[in-house]
Amino acid sequence: MSDFKKFNRREALKLGVAGAAFIGATPLFFNKDAWAAGFANDPGNSKSVILGFNVPQTGAYSEEGKDELRAYKLAVEHLNGGGDGGLMHTMKPMNLTGNGILGKKVEFVTGDTQTKAPAARDSAKRMIEKDGAIMVTGGSSSGVAIAVQGLCNEAKIMFMAGLTHSNDTTGKDKKRYGFRHFFNAYMSGQALAPILREEYGTDRRAYHLTADYSWGWTQEESIKNATEKLGWTTEIPVRTPLTQTDFSSYITQVINSEADVLVLNHYGKNMNDSLASAVQFGLRDKIAKTGKKWEVIVPLFSRKMAQGSGDDIKGILGSTNWNWSLPDDASKAFVKSFANKYGFPPSMAAHTCYVQTMLYADACERAGTFNPAGVIEALEGHKFDGMGNGPTEYRAEDHQCFKDVLVVRGNENPSTQFDLLKVVKVVPRAQVEYDASMFGGDLGPV
Amino acid sequence: MDVIFIQLLNGLDKGAAYALIALGLTLAFGTLGIVNFAHGVLFMLGAFCTVSVYKVLTISEKVLDESITFFKAYKEIPYLETWWGETGTMIIDYAVPISIIFAIPIMILVGIIMERGLIRHFYKRDHADQILVTFGLAIVIQEIVKHFYGANPIPIGAPEIVSGSAAIGVFLGLGENLVYPWWRMIYFVFSVVVIGGVFSFLKYTTYGMVVRAGMWDREMVGMLGIDIQRRFTVVFALAAVVAGLAGVMYTPIVAPDYHMGMNFLVLSFVVVVVGGMGSLPGAVVAGFMLGILESFSSMNEVKQILPGIDQIIIYLVAVAILLLRPRGLMGRKGVMED
Amino acid sequence: MNSQSKNKDIRLMAIFSVIVLTAPIWLEPLGASYPALLQKFAIFGIFAIGFNILFGLTGYLSFGHATFLGVGSYTAVWSFKLLSMNVIPGVIFGTILAGMLAVLIGYVSLRRSGIYFSILTLAFAQMSYNLAYSVLTPITNGETSLQLALDDPRIFDAARTASQGLPSTELFGLKMSGYPGFYFCAVVLIIAFYISMRIFRSPFGLKLRAIKSNQTRMKYIGFNTRPYLLWAFVISGMYAGLAGSLMAVTDPLAGAERMQWTASGEVVLMTILGGLGTLIGPIIGAGVIKYFENIFSAFNENVLHNIFSFLPDGLENVVVQVAGLFVGSGWHLTLGLLFMIVVIFLPGGIVEGIEKIRARFRRTSPASSSEKSE
Repeated sequence: MSDFKKFNRREALKLGVAGAAFIGATPLFFNKDAWAAGFANDPGNSKSVILGFNVPQTGAYSEEGKDELRAYKLAVEHLNGGGDGGLMHTMKPMNLTGNGILGKKVEFVTGDTQTKAPAARDSAKRMIEKDGAIMVTGGSSSGVAIAVQGLCNEAKIMFMAGLTHSNDTTGKDKKRYGFRHFFNAYMSGQALAPILREEYGTDRRAYHLTADYSWGWTQEESIKNATEKLGWTTEIPVRTPLTQTDFSSYITQVINSEADVLVLNHYGKNMNDSLASAVQFGLRDKIAKTGKKWEVIVPLFSRKMAQGSGDDIKGILGSTNWNWSLPDDASKAFVKSFANKYGFPPSMAAHTCYVQTMLYADACERAGTFNPAGVIEALEGHKFDGMGNGPTEYRAEDHQCFKDVLVVRGNENPSTQFDLLKVVKVVPRAQVEYDASMFGGDLGPV
Repeated sequence: MDVIFIQLLNGLDKGAAYALIALGLTLAFGTLGIVNFAHGVLFMLGAFCTVSVYKVLTISEKVLDESITFFKAYKEIPYLETWWGETGTMIIDYAVPISIIFAIPIMILVGIIMERGLIRHFYKRDHADQILVTFGLAIVIQEIVKHFYGANPIPIGAPEIVSGSAAIGVFLGLGENLVYPWWRMIYFVFSVVVIGGVFSFLKYTTYGMVVRAGMWDREMVGMLGIDIQRRFTVVFALAAVVAGLAGVMYTPIVAPDYHMGMNFLVLSFVVVVVGGMGSLPGAVVAGFMLGILESFSSMNEVKQILPGIDQIIIYLVAVAILLLRPRGLMGRKGVMED
Repeated sequence: MNSQSKNKDIRLMAIFSVIVLTAPIWLEPLGASYPALLQKFAIFGIFAIGFNILFGLTGYLSFGHATFLGVGSYTAVWSFKLLSMNVIPGVIFGTILAGMLAVLIGYVSLRRSGIYFSILTLAFAQMSYNLAYSVLTPITNGETSLQLALDDPRIFDAARTASQGLPSTELFGLKMSGYPGFYFCAVVLIIAFYISMRIFRSPFGLKLRAIKSNQTRMKYIGFNTRPYLLWAFVISGMYAGLAGSLMAVTDPLAGAERMQWTASGEVVLMTILGGLGTLIGPIIGAGVIKYFENIFSAFNENVLHNIFSFLPDGLENVVVQVAGLFVGSGWHLTLGLLFMIVVIFLPGGIVEGIEKIRARFRRTSPASSSEKSE
């Protein structure tokens, strides 16, 4: 390639040096350093404060994401004194005044995570760098939540995780600036296990179909551990790509396996598709090779998913963070507030996002500052009630909320159109608690 | 034995979808010389014909839901049910077959508009331009569908009577465990019928004969004084209908979303290439062949030996074919061979 | 090359450098002056410049260049994990590995031309993407994306960074997030642009153009085109790898969706939109698309209502409804339409558009002045 001789290396070098010199000479004034103030994105004397709502509006989890956004908008309305106030009537302790946060009007920016980690980080970066968001919240996929949590931690911006169920979020990948109200896969396993023993006995063989990413892996592990303690055995788990839509080739192998329980570690549309395939192939009416009836378990279940699956979900067991049919005052108040605004009850994703926003606002009020150092301190070890889950605690060691977990079943005879999940049991907090060091990780410095 | 048989069925089923989509794609390419990246979108539009029919059939009146007390909830009761009771429910149940009737004229119309409005002006441009403009068109159509129907899949079931699965194991004496969903078998039969229909149209009608002649030598046919433009429009519309019908019938298998066409597009291009650009029988054979290959490679036994093979088998075959026999399995010598 | 055109090139380089380096200032009024977006302008500019060397000069349309972008990202992140948080090794390894893969894929794909070439690259891209998502998860971490971890070995600077939390990427101590990250990318962009300019002006570039205009003739005169094509392919692959590793530099995380074929489609859009085969066009295209993606997609109803608040209420709602179609999550529609318009009416892209307008002005202004003088 003699042609390349024409490239003059020296010239290129000269240019590089010139460029570097130019940068050196670049006046520092437009190197405006956002972090120079007391803390990142300090609202200072501004009359308003900006929150960043980073949710999937497209992709496999977009239906949940949209509901999250509805909840955030509702929360902002309530914080600014609009609407009926929602959980501000039931929350204990309650330091919110309906006058924004610390007297500043709450404004928000939204972003689409596309259910993809890099896109979510881009969007969060925009919120932090361009819009000056003081706090970022959202999720709906643990892969995304973990990625954004890492980013926020680096930028020293608060991250209030939305729906994320992987053990890693507050385990291996926990961060000082990240907080999770939602429960996790381990809790699902612990809550489900006794019910599974009651319903299906101790001699079962489970076949896992697992969404191939952080959340799927940890849920598979948690359910496997919990059920094997009951005496169940497990086939080699099969991982499925998140983008898979036709599960027929997976299901046919499930049917021909030696197992008799199918565990779907799938969420959202993924679960709708895999369950639809299972039903199409008659799995739910079949007798397995072990001579027992096939059963399906969906460890992380939501009303939105039930809605997507229609009749297919009837009788299927799973666990959930919250359900709109709960009878306590807080749940009722939230459902009323949400449903009157949007015409249908909120999903568990909406609930956790609403609660997270309120908790953040409350923590700022208690700390008397937006400075994350203060807010983190106010949240760590914070005990509260009246948010729909009973008494709850933000554990200081890993920023995970501990509260009761619901075991639910796809309703066989729904009394109303929204009555798709029936609460089988409210599993008390003590039963799902674990040692903070169990999943490793390190919160890091403030 | 069971396992092999059921994978074979699965493969035929997948292959049926591939073959149908690839058929239209290669038809447009063979006759019109158009590389249509918006072909996947036609498949998607077919599926959304079903969604639209379903939505129309279930236009509902809002009735206050008395069972919910603590907020004003409304129940949606389809007018069809209020008017005709059981019959109405049954009509809604048959939404998918009913939409076939609507999909055909709609897809013809879509095909005509697309050909007249855009594709026609690109016959003389090079393939890269064709790819680009149809790629842009695909994005636009997808976004419009997304705007009206949302980004999420909309599940629509097959009619109740065929929603279960058939005990073909018992029927064939292969054991009880071998069952296969009715609808998937219907899909396969349907695709065979459509493919047969297209072939007989091309083979036994004068119209089809001219089209075939056009595939052979476009200029010559033009010189014979045949209104090529009009035939082209018809061919494109036919391709659109085939893709659309494939989409209509696919809705009960996988709930359609606005993006489903793109997922099939790359695959169907691969199918066309393997079969031979512009070869109709090639597209069909390659479609079924690749479907079956994919199905078998997804067996756990195979995956244990060659991990990940199910994810790439189709592309591997395509690369091999392109390198060893660029005209494809059944492509004509000299077509696109360089 | 005579001295006059050399002077012209130097002037072009100088202007280009100034424009790129002052981007934070002149993009301020457009609301695009924040580090994350500025970095993206530079990174995708590099990606598009490289793609243009293949597609623009030779006419070979690859639908698989996102593969190299992804490989660059993964390699760079692995370099951060295993070796050092210094960005230099990451960038070098990312570029080289992408180049090596490009040799492999290019060698096979370039045995065919036209649409067959496109489909071959597409097939390779899909294979890489599917593998990255499935069996290669130990390397790519699949859907979760490859990220830094506390217990990474980082053999060269473990002692330095072990103190607290996750380390950040750095250039000899200078943190590579925020504005420094942008300037680093900007300098790389300027160098990349310079190299691309030299390729355009070189005999090598001339030969590539000759291949585009008539490959058969080149072959008939006994000219073996394939090595030249392969070089073009590998160079553009390395540009993509470089861009990918810069993505990891500014944000040490790599996901498989960077390799999806629609991501390859995006760089095609950029090149076409800006001006295929022109020097500066691809960068403009990359800028426009990334601007739309970030600014348009962030518009929501509130923003729209603010923009159109001067209209009467009823009309405002209608306008907001219609405009809502094109922004927010619907920004792809704007992109698709824009793209179609360019392909149909302006095959030369934005650069051609600007030139046409300039030509018109040049034609009309002397005429009008002569009218006046009469």
